[in-house]
Amino acid sequence: MHRSSEVKHVASYLNTRGCECFGQPCESHCPVLTDRTIHVQLKTFIKIRVKPDRTGVVTDGVKHSMNPFCEIAVEEAIKLKEKKLVKEVVAVSCGPQQVQETIRTALAMGADRGIHVEVSGKDYETLGPLQVSKIFAALAKKEQADLIILGKQAIDDDCNQTGQMTAALLDWPQGTFASEMTLEADKLKVVREVDGGLETIKIKLPAVVTADLRLNTPRYATLPNIMKAKKKKIANVKPADLGVDVCSRLEVLKVDEPPQRQAGVKVETVDDLVGKLKEAGRV
Amino acid sequence: APQVYSTRCSSSTVPRITTHYTVYPRDKDPRWEGVEMERFADEADVVIVGGGPAGLSAAIRLKQLANQHEKELRVCVVEKASQIGAHTLSGACLEATALNELIPDWKERGAPLNTPVTEDKFSILTEKYRIPVPILPGLPMNNHGNYLVRLGNFVRWLGEQAEELGVELYPGYAAAEVLFHEDGSVKGIATNDVGIGKDGSPKDVFERGMELHAKVTLFGEGCHGHLAKQLYKQFNLRENCEPQTYAIGLKELWVIDEKKWRPGRAEHSVGWPLNRNTYGGSFLYHLNEGEPLVALGFVVGLDYTNPYLSPFREFQRWKHHPSLMSTLEGGNRIAYGARALNEGGFQSIPKLTFPGGMLIGCSPHTHTHNKSAFFTFLLLFFFVSCLQITIFTQSTIYCYIYIQRAPSCLSRHSLLQWVSDISHHSFLKPAKDCAPIEYPKPDGKISFDLLSSVALSGTNHEHDQPPHLTLKDDSVPVAQNLAVYDGPEQRFCPAGVYEYVPLETGDGMRLQINAQNCVHCKTCDIKDPSQNINWVVPEGSGGPAYNGM
Repeated sequence: MHRSSEVKHVASYLNTRGCECFGQPCESHCPVLTDRTIHVQLKTFIKIRVKPDRTGVVTDGVKHSMNPFCEIAVEEAIKLKEKKLVKEVVAVSCGPQQVQETIRTALAMGADRGIHVEVSGKDYETLGPLQVSKIFAALAKKEQADLIILGKQAIDDDCNQTGQMTAALLDWPQGTFASEMTLEADKLKVVREVDGGLETIKIKLPAVVTADLRLNTPRYATLPNIMKAKKKKIANVKPADLGVDVCSRLEVLKVDEPPQRQAGVKVETVDDLVGKLKEAGRV
Repeated sequence: APQVYSTRCSSSTVPRITTHYTVYPRDKDPRWEGVEMERFADEADVVIVGGGPAGLSAAIRLKQLANQHEKELRVCVVEKASQIGAHTLSGACLEATALNELIPDWKERGAPLNTPVTEDKFSILTEKYRIPVPILPGLPMNNHGNYLVRLGNFVRWLGEQAEELGVELYPGYAAAEVLFHEDGSVKGIATNDVGIGKDGSPKDVFERGMELHAKVTLFGEGCHGHLAKQLYKQFNLRENCEPQTYAIGLKELWVIDEKKWRPGRAEHSVGWPLNRNTYGGSFLYHLNEGEPLVALGFVVGLDYTNPYLSPFREFQRWKHHPSLMSTLEGGNRIAYGARALNEGGFQSIPKLTFPGGMLIGCSPHTHTHNKSAFFTFLLLFFFVSCLQITIFTQSTIYCYIYIQRAPSCLSRHSLLQWVSDISHHSFLKPAKDCAPIEYPKPDGKISFDLLSSVALSGTNHEHDQPPHLTLKDDSVPVAQNLAVYDGPEQRFCPAGVYEYVPLETGDGMRLQINAQNCVHCKTCDIKDPSQNINWVVPEGSGGPAYNGM
């Protein structure tokens, strides 16, 4: 099922964020990460610590991997290709040299080629959703993409903004928190996970979709595919080449660990409870 | 040894624990009928199992030689950790002789050897006091000229050097199986399958591992490797050597008060809190890596006899010694981990070579035994003189020794009776003959509880997979380990994997295996008195996430 100008590119944009705790209570109370890290494996419980100068967290040596929601986005793109609904899947990531590993994983899962937007050093530390969205928008125009799929949010900063901002910059419709998506003629039917339940919308292509947890179960990147992926192309691009200024409008003042959790107190009766609450000035 | 009553399959009162296919083969399992089991195979010249110091050094040397002789050589390294260095843990004190030969310009290339040893201290501890023992130059425990390193960072750097030379590194893929030719020689390895459910059945995302065939396969899995275990049996590699002796090493990294920081100081101790029948000691290294960091740890010989001994709790209470408190007070613990290590000397080294491959590094338990038992690495490089070589005996071996002065420098000879014939697991005395040890409660500032420590190791595993701590017989833990030894695995595991919990219905206990906590230390495989636990490799990328340990 194709439209006359068939869907050429599904650009699966790998969010360059990542964190340690996915879907489970965070044992280590990770503070919000303000620098850009790329994550792969869900459920890697890495204890993050704040840098001594309190400007951010220590990322040196910490395992970076593909954001779990981005894995789901890549999987969805590849499924579309396997159904022959799209011609080419391009995986994109913004960041330093290490992100090439993440792009390779996407290539191993089945993406056709990759684009590495080089951002490193201080620029990388201050890279935020707005700059990333500008980069993605510029790339989408350059590559003439018809569909952009991203993870709904990165699990290190939980911003949940990049997909929406990208759609706005391109003036494209968006289907966010997708738990299901189907191509119907020239429209995309997206089932969205919302607070009240599920919302089904139809949006015209080209469009931006952000992937939620139940969209699919990503396949493993097997070793033979990792080996084959070494032969697939990853193009290097700089933000300046796309006409994007990555200078941040935000300044991080301070990063702190959450306060130590205090021990609870057991009380015998309801009156005791009320008394204690009054004592603490809560009532 | 007490008679073990074992049943072949779980009875109704023994809940099923083990589901791994190494215990319950898939070709007899109806759930696996019709599942495609063929594996993709690829060829390399050399395949190396384990991306640690031994494996990476071997890879580097091979590529250097190949380049020197203008020969093409495909060298592949498979490593179960998600990134190179993530499963590396050691003191560590490194002697650079071998490195000088391997990569003479290591300094220009940025090898993380930042802390030369400037002060060497050794002491015997009693409960309240510290008795310094002078280290004279010439004594083996003299560390002058060595470096205090974060071995994980060094391994990561070695990985970068290897990649530059064209070595193919594949972290996140574990070697799960040794492959053999029809003539019995080693053909290569197969990586782990993925997508098997906790109950042992195939999931939608099931994928077979791949086969890597090689002319020569090197096994550098570290102490007590799971494939090395199989190779000992297969090729009878241990028939002419003494049984290996082991210890468990536990380690933490601390950021301490700058005023207490003495970069370059290496301290070791023996004595308290261990009694004179238990081998072990401590180390404390002040690292020069920007912030006031110390690496400290404790080693306990795994030939201890009291099943109530907990190496983890000995470590925690050692930190409360008056001589240490001043250093640690006001400091912050940032990492934790543990690993079994080899203790035996030359007499415990097995035969290293077999048709199609060899053992390298700690895998064959190669430690040079000296008057003072310090831990060593034996790195074996071999030169493939022509690429058609398939028989190992035609190669030349170059040996390089990394000598790591880590904990417990004093000779076992001088402290303990020499015991040779018996393996560690059979040292344990029955619980009724031993007194439980009263360990102090952790104070949350200097000493800590087990679970918060395990969290710091960053360890995790895909939860929906068969537990990789497999039991040959599910009924043995309660019938034997609990009944006779009061469940010592609850105490020797440094990650809280093993727990005896009450049965949900009726009376009695069952063993609960929290496989996700495992830090791949291999202690249980060594110390289990029933030798019922067989550690196999979990899905690749699982395990600790050590950062410069």
